[in-house]
Amino acid sequence: MRPFEFTRAESAADAMRLAGDGATIIAGGTNLLDLMKLEVMAPQALVDINRLDLGDIDEAEGGGLRIGALVRNSDLAADRRVRDAYPMLAEALLAGASGQLRNKATTGGNLLQRTRCYYYYDTAMPCNKREPGSGCQAIGGITRLHALFGASEHCIATHPSDMAVALRALDARVEIQSQDGVTRMLPLGDFYRLPGDTPHIETVLVPGDLITAVLLPAPAGARQTYRKVRDRASYAFALVSVAGVLDVEDGRIVRPALAFGGVGHMPWRNPEVEALLEGEAPSVDLFAEAAARLVAEAEPQGGNAFKIPLLRRTLQAVLRELTEA
Amino acid sequence: MTVHIRMDDRVEADRLEDMAQGVVGKPLDRPDGARKASGTAAYAMDSLPDGACFGVLARATIAAGRLEGVDAAAVEALPGVRAVIVDERMLRNPAQGMAGKAPVQDPHEIAYFGQPVALVVAESFEQARHGAIALVLRLEARAGAVVGPDDAGVEIETPEKKQQSSGDLDAAMREAVFGVDQTYTTPVHASAAMEPHASIAQWDEDRLTLRGSYQMLRFNRAELADALGIDEKNVRILAPFVGGGFGSKLGIAPEAVAAAIAAQRLGVPVAVPMSRQQVFEGVMRRSETTQRIRLAAGADGRLTGIGHEALVSNLPGEKFSEPVTQATPFLYRGENRVIGHRIARVNRTCAGSVRAPGEAVGVTMLEIAMDELAAAAGIDPVELRLRNIPDEDPTQQIPFSSHKLAEALRSGADRFGWDRRRTEPGQVRDGEWLVGMGMASAVRVNMLVEAKARVSLSSDGHALVETDMTDIGTGTYAILTQIAAEMLGLPMDRVETRLGDTDLPPGSGSGGSFGAASNGTAVFMACEEIRRMICERFGCEAHDLTLKDGRAIAGNRSVPLAEILGGEDLVAEGHAEPGDAEDKVRQATYGSYFAEVGVNAVTGETRVRRMLGVFAAGRILNAKTARSQCLGGMTFGIGMALTEEIFHDPRDGHIVNRDFAEYHLPVNADVPQIDVVLLEERDAWANPLQAKGIGELGICGAAAAVVNAIHNATGVRVRDLPATLDKVLEGLERQGG
Ligand SMILES: Cc1cc2nc3c(=O)[nH]c(=O)nc-3n(C[C@H](O)[C@H](O)[C@H](O)COP(=O)(O)OP(=O)(O)OC[C@H]3O[C@@H](n4cnc5c(N)ncnc54)[C@H](O)[C@@H]3O)c2cc1C
Ligand code: SF4
Repeated sequence: MRPFEFTRAESAADAMRLAGDGATIIAGGTNLLDLMKLEVMAPQALVDINRLDLGDIDEAEGGGLRIGALVRNSDLAADRRVRDAYPMLAEALLAGASGQLRNKATTGGNLLQRTRCYYYYDTAMPCNKREPGSGCQAIGGITRLHALFGASEHCIATHPSDMAVALRALDARVEIQSQDGVTRMLPLGDFYRLPGDTPHIETVLVPGDLITAVLLPAPAGARQTYRKVRDRASYAFALVSVAGVLDVEDGRIVRPALAFGGVGHMPWRNPEVEALLEGEAPSVDLFAEAAARLVAEAEPQGGNAFKIPLLRRTLQAVLRELTEA
Repeated sequence: MTVHIRMDDRVEADRLEDMAQGVVGKPLDRPDGARKASGTAAYAMDSLPDGACFGVLARATIAAGRLEGVDAAAVEALPGVRAVIVDERMLRNPAQGMAGKAPVQDPHEIAYFGQPVALVVAESFEQARHGAIALVLRLEARAGAVVGPDDAGVEIETPEKKQQSSGDLDAAMREAVFGVDQTYTTPVHASAAMEPHASIAQWDEDRLTLRGSYQMLRFNRAELADALGIDEKNVRILAPFVGGGFGSKLGIAPEAVAAAIAAQRLGVPVAVPMSRQQVFEGVMRRSETTQRIRLAAGADGRLTGIGHEALVSNLPGEKFSEPVTQATPFLYRGENRVIGHRIARVNRTCAGSVRAPGEAVGVTMLEIAMDELAAAAGIDPVELRLRNIPDEDPTQQIPFSSHKLAEALRSGADRFGWDRRRTEPGQVRDGEWLVGMGMASAVRVNMLVEAKARVSLSSDGHALVETDMTDIGTGTYAILTQIAAEMLGLPMDRVETRLGDTDLPPGSGSGGSFGAASNGTAVFMACEEIRRMICERFGCEAHDLTLKDGRAIAGNRSVPLAEILGGEDLVAEGHAEPGDAEDKVRQATYGSYFAEVGVNAVTGETRVRRMLGVFAAGRILNAKTARSQCLGGMTFGIGMALTEEIFHDPRDGHIVNRDFAEYHLPVNADVPQIDVVLLEERDAWANPLQAKGIGELGICGAAAAVVNAIHNATGVRVRDLPATLDKVLEGLERQGG
């Protein structure tokens, strides 16, 4: 770990100013500190935002919740309103990391956690995400954790968060304050970026931006689930995960929203698959068609080819579960 | 006074049976338990001397080649950095277990990616770590490095001494009514002990004291001295508490030698802790194995032939090679046999002993093959094994010392409810889950290793047990205390055991499940001598003496020990050595495993639902610590079956998943209710305690029970461990499920 400056921000303005001057924001530190010890990240300065007043969950106008960026993953998962109206979000949170980590991890930090690509963590390896222009050593290497969708020849990493997958299916928006006083609200699909030829730039945030909250709209559907498939029963990142929300009205699927984890550089969504389901009567054939549509454009890397049948099967099971009685 | 025993013959008397204190065998708490639970037990890095500097190793980042030099000046200029050290004496990899001499040295010759080649020493750990990361190495890669056993150009050795054959296996296979001829593979495993390697070296003139995390101190002392080129009399190693080893701490490792060199050069104590990543790549791995197994059987399932041919790997020049087939020569009957052993020389992290080398992977795969034979022959898997238990060691044609496999199989089947298993796979469904049962035999060779221990009975009736033996979490403190308390008739709290210090009499060290029996025998012998001295003073015959609760009793006399000792201390040293018994009889421990698993029909995920292990290991010295060993072994069995796998990069051989986030040991949620049953047994050939090793027995086949249960649940046979969901899924998809 390199020596760094450490400042505790007393106000959001403080934090944004320091971050604008190049300091890295630290919240729970559960990802950032690991990366700093390995010198995968080597910030000159840290600005600690834990004293900011961003730790509440409030009811928003018109239904929905406003989740402060510093709300801990454990607290969010335990919140009565979340458990009642957004059960899949609670499930996704509890499927992640471990109890100790969730007690520290924050909503903002969780969204911005870095990939778990093995090569990213090893500073001896070329990695465009860590060191732009150095190459991608994962390609041709061990790719069990890597992406099926939206990857590029420069990076095939996945985003590891469970929470973000649920949020994407729930049409959550990220509230961002910037130094010039402007507040933006971005759906996750616009917040995250695909790797393209700049895999080191993962979101649309610019230095000095501060995530202040995540906004959840009123729940789109009552039927929700988060299903995570992984290499052991707990404490492992998703190989694939499916977050699904829908309703069934008059025997037909309405307002389906599906997001997929472990398969892309961002929580993945495919509007075609949702369109295919909208207004249809649930059936085994329909689910098979939806799953086939989803994986049709998958581009496996060798070691992750198994994710194609796995994702197909998991999606079908999730749809069965969501549409059963 | 040293009393000696060499195990040439069976020991007729079961002396412990005559004792009166009643502590041996009891499920007693560890005397060191409270210290561990309260964080006051000092592990290697917990006893930092004042003024210590910290060293962090820097690693080679090529698979093979030369270190031409390092840019030391740039790092030496960093804040706090005291030295950058590249020294000819630094180790390429740890010594193999019981080597007693230095392994390959010289950091200029690079044989694997991750090899420690330099040490950066600084005032703080963080400064040293930064220096080690920042250090630029001038490396000359050698073309033609071979990073995997299947790579083109790999050199494969077929050592003559490790091939065996008798009869005609090919003919037996041709004539077999039922046969299996399959190739199985196991991946590289990490030992994954909780406490990473760490050493603190301190010199006092020419005397070196090293605090470390090591398993076999008398060997480690010799290895360290040899590596440094000094007399071992000038080396003291302390390892009073060791946070697990699983083989990785059998031999002196690079951080110890580097710490010693740095401490000498700088004239201050130097601590060199290894990070988790460094332990994964710079210590020891278990070799991957490829195992061709052939079984030939008649219509009744009785084996007529067994073939077990293994390919393993190691670095060039390493003597150790995973002894995959160790138990195959004697586990089952069959006249026609082939044992094969080949070693691929690869540029990968050194392969060494990891958790029951040999049986853990070898018996597991043999037991999967047996399950395949049972299915082919339509014979119940338990019954198939019962039919194949030999009357004597079929290879050496010598008797077994004791043998409880049949009882373990029957009793396990009974307790587990094996009769509820459906023979046809894929018959039981619980929602999305396919449910099945599997079983396997357990077997592990038993060994005695030379050990010495000193026992002192003080005039006030307290006893002290001393040996350099280690407690690596296994319960050595508990069982040695129990043996002395039993033999000297003292309550447990009047006996103290001191371990992990090479100034004490040399014990066997911890490894190969031989620690309890070997050092326990040394303690037992010392206590026998003290009893003899007490008889002398008391004026009674040995068989008339009862020692209990600090009193000596003979006939109608009962006198406090203190009175008999009359202000004098009694001291004796016990010395145990293996002898001809090893050649006269086949000694091994046996058991059985039963597992019930659920396999998710959608995803292929496997979850173990319950598991049972039944074990026989001679006299059980402490029912609680013995059970804990078995629980741990079976937990690692679940890991071997389902999750544990080191990935080597196919291009440079480096270990890709170097931490506990991505090297998947089973976590609590993966481990269901496990029941352990310890069978009553005595083995008079083993040692006067009649106890055998139990440390590793819990893993020697355990994974097979799980993998066989997956087959019973789904009809999918996984022959390439671990049985991760992708492999099961492939099978399910093939079935159209
Ligand atoms: C062993 C292990 C296993 C794990 N398993 C899982 C898992 O299975 N599933 C899962 O989803 N996660 C898992 N995690 C990841 C965990 O969820 C994240 O580490 C955590 O959510 C990060 O939150 P934090 O507050 O600690 O972030 P920090 O480490 O503090 O920060 C992460 C990043 O976010 C930035 N940041 C933080 N807050 C803000 C803000 N308000 N505005 C702008 N930038 C900000 C920081 O600058 C930093 O770059 C695991 C982590 C570990 C160590
Ligand atoms: S996949 Fe992305 S993160 Fe991984 S090595 Fe390639 S560039 Fe780096």
